[in-house]
Amino acid sequence: MPSAARVPQTVRDVVFVDGVRTPFGRARPDGLYAHTRADDLAVKAVRELLRRHPTLPADQIDEVAIAATTQSGDQGLTLGRTVGVLAGLPSSVPGFAVDRMCAGAMTAVTTTASAIAVGAQDVTLAGGVEHMGHHPMGHDADPNPRFLSERLVATDALNMGSTAENLHDRYPALTRERADDFGVASQEKYATALAAGQIEPDLVPVALRDPERGWGLATADEPPRPGTTVAQIRDLTTPFRAGGRVTAATSAPLTDGAAMCLLADAGTADRLGLPARMRLVSFAYAGVDPAVMGIGPVPATHKALARAGLEIGDIGLFEINEAFAVQVLAFLDAFDITDEDPRVNPYGGAIAVGHPLASSGVRLMTQLARQFAERPEVRYGLTTMCVGLGQGGTVIWENPHHADYSGHLATGEQA
Amino acid sequence: MSQTTEPTAPTPTPARPERVAHAHVRDVHLPQGQGTLALVTVDNGLDHTKPTTFGPLGLTALRTVLTTQQHRAAAGEITAVAVTGKPYYLAAGADLTGVAQISQESDARGIAELGHATFRLLGEMAVPTFAYVNGAALGGGLELALNCTYRTVAADVGALALPEVFLGLVPGWGGCYLLPHMVGLRNALELVLTRPLANNRMTDAAGALDLGLVDTVLHPADFLEQSIAWTADVLAGRVSVERPPLDDQETWDATIHAARDQLDRRLHGAKTAPYRALDLVAAARTTDRDAAFAAEDEALTELLMSDQLRAGLYAFDLTSRKARNPAGAPDEALARPVRSVGIVGAGLMAGQLAVLLSRRLRVPVVMREIDDERVEAGLAGIRSLVQGMARKGRVSEQEANRILGSISVSTDLTTLAGADLVIEAVTEVLALKQRVFAELEEIVSAETVLATNTSALSVTAMSTHLRHPERVVGLHFFNPVAQMPLIEVVRTPESSDAAVATAFAVAKSLRKTAVGVADRPGFVVNRLLLRMLAEVAAAAENGTPVTVADVALRPLGLPMGPFALMQLVGLPVALHVLGSLHEELGDRFPLSPGLEKLSDEGRRVVPEPDGRGAEQGVDPLIQEAFGAPGGPAALDEAGVRDAVLSGLTQEIGLMLDEGVVSGPEQIDLCMVLGAGWPFHLGGICPYLDRTGHTERLLGRRLLPPGVADVPAHR
Repeated sequence: MPSAARVPQTVRDVVFVDGVRTPFGRARPDGLYAHTRADDLAVKAVRELLRRHPTLPADQIDEVAIAATTQSGDQGLTLGRTVGVLAGLPSSVPGFAVDRMCAGAMTAVTTTASAIAVGAQDVTLAGGVEHMGHHPMGHDADPNPRFLSERLVATDALNMGSTAENLHDRYPALTRERADDFGVASQEKYATALAAGQIEPDLVPVALRDPERGWGLATADEPPRPGTTVAQIRDLTTPFRAGGRVTAATSAPLTDGAAMCLLADAGTADRLGLPARMRLVSFAYAGVDPAVMGIGPVPATHKALARAGLEIGDIGLFEINEAFAVQVLAFLDAFDITDEDPRVNPYGGAIAVGHPLASSGVRLMTQLARQFAERPEVRYGLTTMCVGLGQGGTVIWENPHHADYSGHLATGEQA
Repeated sequence: MSQTTEPTAPTPTPARPERVAHAHVRDVHLPQGQGTLALVTVDNGLDHTKPTTFGPLGLTALRTVLTTQQHRAAAGEITAVAVTGKPYYLAAGADLTGVAQISQESDARGIAELGHATFRLLGEMAVPTFAYVNGAALGGGLELALNCTYRTVAADVGALALPEVFLGLVPGWGGCYLLPHMVGLRNALELVLTRPLANNRMTDAAGALDLGLVDTVLHPADFLEQSIAWTADVLAGRVSVERPPLDDQETWDATIHAARDQLDRRLHGAKTAPYRALDLVAAARTTDRDAAFAAEDEALTELLMSDQLRAGLYAFDLTSRKARNPAGAPDEALARPVRSVGIVGAGLMAGQLAVLLSRRLRVPVVMREIDDERVEAGLAGIRSLVQGMARKGRVSEQEANRILGSISVSTDLTTLAGADLVIEAVTEVLALKQRVFAELEEIVSAETVLATNTSALSVTAMSTHLRHPERVVGLHFFNPVAQMPLIEVVRTPESSDAAVATAFAVAKSLRKTAVGVADRPGFVVNRLLLRMLAEVAAAAENGTPVTVADVALRPLGLPMGPFALMQLVGLPVALHVLGSLHEELGDRFPLSPGLEKLSDEGRRVVPEPDGRGAEQGVDPLIQEAFGAPGGPAALDEAGVRDAVLSGLTQEIGLMLDEGVVSGPEQIDLCMVLGAGWPFHLGGICPYLDRTGHTERLLGRRLLPPGVADVPAHR
């Protein structure tokens, strides 16, 4: 009998190697991806990541975690596994599917990052896809009647637009005017970033087949409306409530798209010659009243900061998902940050580019990684998002380009 | 199907409108600042069961689109043009249904010229052109790609081919001229002649790269995206493609000469198209593009208006589209489920059957032999067959294990009791087969289908004494079982629809083409092959030199000469069948004392193969078995040929009268698939109509004008 010596438990540094996404399309019958499968979008992103990192042998990927909010049809059959097979990964590479609604890809990242940190895995692929054209929100869901009969949630808690209206109600300082201004700014910042070449490098082109038009190639995001002015949107109707405040211009459009990233143990990344574009510092998820799900990032961020031993003032860049303008504003007010603070969503956000639910978490991270490279003076950044049915998620990252970068440690050194 | 169905003459297919290939064009922003690509998609708008093909309307549409791109390229608006197809197809070539309906030479010339005028635009742009071969590219579909400057192919594509020569055409939309310049002469001949004549062998993506037919193979998951990226790399000068230099004139001529010799050995000039193709390829070295394309137009026009092509199209339709729905098969729903199969006998053919049944039906196969020695021999044969398949990569190790595990052989007939289908494959002796069926009936259920693999005995005679004769059918396989695509399903007057439907269903699961035949001696293939051999033997018996008799049929282009065929089948076997047919059908199948003598002496009738593929001509020394040649009844080559063709005509007339099959198309299907008789004869019936034998001897054609020939001819 071999002796049952206890294997020492170590925590290892996890780095964000790289991220890519498909161009985002409008979830409409005439949208970019109307004739394209969701799983194919994820496959293209996986293959592009591997192509960008030829020193990574595909058989050294330990896990493929892919999120989708609706896991049926072309998003069914355990996406992490099917996409791995379809992308040509060796059959020895395992995979699974993830769902935390909008924070699906974020959860894929934090879950596999945790596995890397405890030494169970070295390299993982994490991401998400949502084809909202093929899978309208809540389409196949069958909510338990007890939600309503026992008043477990408010009647409008499953309608995201209504929860945004509820936030306006709860915090009267969050006015329609502030939301409109924020929505317009999001479009402007996106257009500026696009023109500056800050968007395109993260995109993987996707071939499109339209039976009526033949093959084409998606190389740019479809949802943005450049040149939107406040005057144009002041009088837009409020679809979620008569006389409400939330409009199409202050909500993320329904979107199709996929995003994928590569995570690695820091030592493994060094050994394989993979870049470390961000180091994971801490993460947290928190639950809130489903009727105001948009406030979720606030408690999640408090928890993540506390675990990292950081203050909000230590954070130099914020990538916050813009499900609705009001929900970002609620976060900013909670942390005394101004609406125009340049640290927040420098490339614009989901109001402009779109929000393919379960994929957005990795879009935020990929953009933060690019901003880290552009802004070496920033040491910490965070990615955060609200989640349907009352949750928030936050991940805090450190910038390896910063002068005081603590430096990631090789395996075991930290123990 | 009743056994006495009147022969029904097929009528010309009513014209179906062209399935127009649309040409969509979309501009694509190339990466790396390489400008704009005009991406053309050819797509007939139909699902994957209807491949995109080119007729006059589709070509005209594509020509318009390409002409526009030519102007845009000249104006500097675009930096590249690419063509690709709908999922699974680039394109499957010319619209053959449309081709079969052309009755005017001017229409034939029109389609030839229009194809050139359209495709050549891809080689005459101010910018490079690319074919993204996303799926099958056949004939004109592949030539579409050949006319481009560069080609990418998806790694999963398995069907790249130029089947023109196989059908009776030439690759005449640029193929004969462009290929030698692109891939070198040897590879061009491989693609234009060798593979099409090897039963239309296709080339896959990896093979195409080896030949130089494509420039790069890309993963199917993001094939189009990476083709576009590759295009940008080419434009940016990061990728360049080398083409092999042309051979010098001497090497070129020698290669052409060797190819012509090979054609002669195989065809003896019987089929026009391969020779025309060879001439066109031969001229490619020195001819200029315009002259070469004009020569291709000329060849295409002539071949499009030839009976050989029309017979080829007829045969192609028979073996592809029509073979999927066997004429006269009962309702598929009547077929009984086959969950296990029994085989009586474990000899050579029984072993092949067992392996095929296990492989395709994936059910247990229980075999019975008469003693332990034969059980062992049978098992050993099966083991070596399956191991050979595994070694050649035809089946995986795992599948080989499954097949071997699913086949059992014993001396105990009761092990077959649970089988849903039992096939007997014992010696061709009627009394023996009768006894086997009688014994089986004692142990199997009343529902079990009993099948015989007899090639010449009466299935009815095997079954009449049974309690349930309605369960008996014939399943006549051809040797070698794994390769030969035909099964004759023999129906007796007693056979039930359920038994016959089961036989058809099994044939389909085995991926064979089944033809329903009545229980008449020799069914279709053996009856006609033996009639042919009997006429040849009779000629030899009557003083015709064996060397004359042997070559007399060469103008038909059959797969082998009559004596080589006897040698392949085995002279004793051939004579055994001949004997049965003589007994049943009389003097039309005369016995041959000369052949019997040779068989008794165990002599070969053709020399041992030399291993270099030389032709298998008759051994002149066997003349002695027939006595000195000459005399009043001796025939020359034309005389032998006429005797054979007359014999075949008479026999087919009788077979149709007897209701052996439902019509002449079924005879042709059997002869093409069961005997390898060539497309350019259309099997045999179109050829007998063409030579006039049918009208002369039967007073009628077998097929109406236009079905398998050019209607305007007569």
